[in-house]
Amino acid sequence: MMMSDAEIWTVIVLVALGTYLIRFSFIGLIGDRDLPAWVLRHLRYTPVAVLPGLVAPLVLWPEATGGNPDLPRLMAAAVTVLLGVKFKNLLLAIFGGGATLFVMLQVMA
Amino acid sequence: MTTTKRAFLQGIRDSLPFIVVVAPFAMLFGVVATEAGLSPLQTFGFSVAVIAGAAQFAAVQLMADNAPLLIIVATALAVNLRMAMYSASIAPYLRGVPFWQRAFMSYVLVDQSYAQGLLKYETEPDLSPQARVAYFFGTMMLNIPLWYGGTLVGALLGSRIPQDYALDFAVPITFLALVGPMLKTAAHVAAAFTSVLLTLVLAFLPYNLGLMVAALVAMMVGAQVELMVERRRA
Repeated sequence: MMMSDAEIWTVIVLVALGTYLIRFSFIGLIGDRDLPAWVLRHLRYTPVAVLPGLVAPLVLWPEATGGNPDLPRLMAAAVTVLLGVKFKNLLLAIFGGGATLFVMLQVMA
Repeated sequence: MTTTKRAFLQGIRDSLPFIVVVAPFAMLFGVVATEAGLSPLQTFGFSVAVIAGAAQFAAVQLMADNAPLLIIVATALAVNLRMAMYSASIAPYLRGVPFWQRAFMSYVLVDQSYAQGLLKYETEPDLSPQARVAYFFGTMMLNIPLWYGGTLVGALLGSRIPQDYALDFAVPITFLALVGPMLKTAAHVAAAFTSVLLTLVLAFLPYNLGLMVAALVAMMVGAQVELMVERRRA
C-alpha cells in the first residue's frame, strides 16, 4: 500500500460521512416521501452490481500468483459461491472456501 | 414492564441468531485491513465510523491496489447505496419519532437492523413510535459492541501476523460469500453476471473505472430483467 496515513484517514472520514448521509437521507432529511419505482428498482441491485465485479479480477488474476489464473483459487471461489447460494450462510461459505483453498494449496504443492 | 422496554428486549432476542456471524466477520475485517497496511487504530476507526462490512472490505481492497482516493470512496459508497432504499422504506414507520432519535437510528441502519425492524413494523402495525425505536436499537444492542470488539481483536492479531501471509484470498472469499446469498432472483443473477463480465472486459480502463461502468450497467440490467419477469407474470 502506498497511501499515507492522512490519505487513509481521508478515505475513512469520507466513506463514513457519505454512508451516514445515505442512511439519514429519508429517515432524517427527505421524510416519508415515496421514491419513484424505477429508482427503487435500480437501488435493489447495487450490491450485486458492485461486489461481483470487484471480486472477478481478484479471482481470475490473483496477485499471489503474479496474475496467472490458478486452480486452487478458482476452486475455492466456486465452492464459496455454491455454499453461499445453497445455504445462504455467510460463515459457512467463508470457511468452506477457505478450507478448499488450504487443502488445494497443500495438494498442488 | 412497559411496552417500550419489552420491545427493546424483543429486539435483542430476535437479533441472537445473527450475532454469531458478526464477531468472526469483524475479526476477519480487522486482520485483512491490518494486513493491507492500515494501523490497528485506523482499522478500528473504520469500523466505528462506518459499520458496513462489505463497503469496508471493498475500500481496503482498493487501498491495497493503490487505486485513487476518489475511486475508493466512490466504490465504497456505491456498495452502500442500497441503504438509501432501506432509509426510504422504514421512514414511513418513524412518524412522530424525535429528530435526534432518527439521527441515531441512521448511524445503526445496517442490513440486519433494517430487515428485522421492517419485519416487526409490518407484522405489528399498532406499535407506538417509541416501541419501534426501542425495538430497532434492541436489534443492534449486541451487534454493535461485537462489531467494534471483533474488529479490534482482529486488528491486533493481524498486526502480529507478518504481511503477505496467505491472506491474499481472504477478501475475494469474503465477497463471494456475501454475494452467494444475494442471488435470489433471475434479475440478481443477471446483474451479477453483467458486473463480472463487464469488469473483466473493461479491465484495461485506468483508475478502476471499469468497475464503475460495469456496476452502473449491471444495475440497469437487474432492473430491466425484473421488469421483464414482472410483465411475463402479469
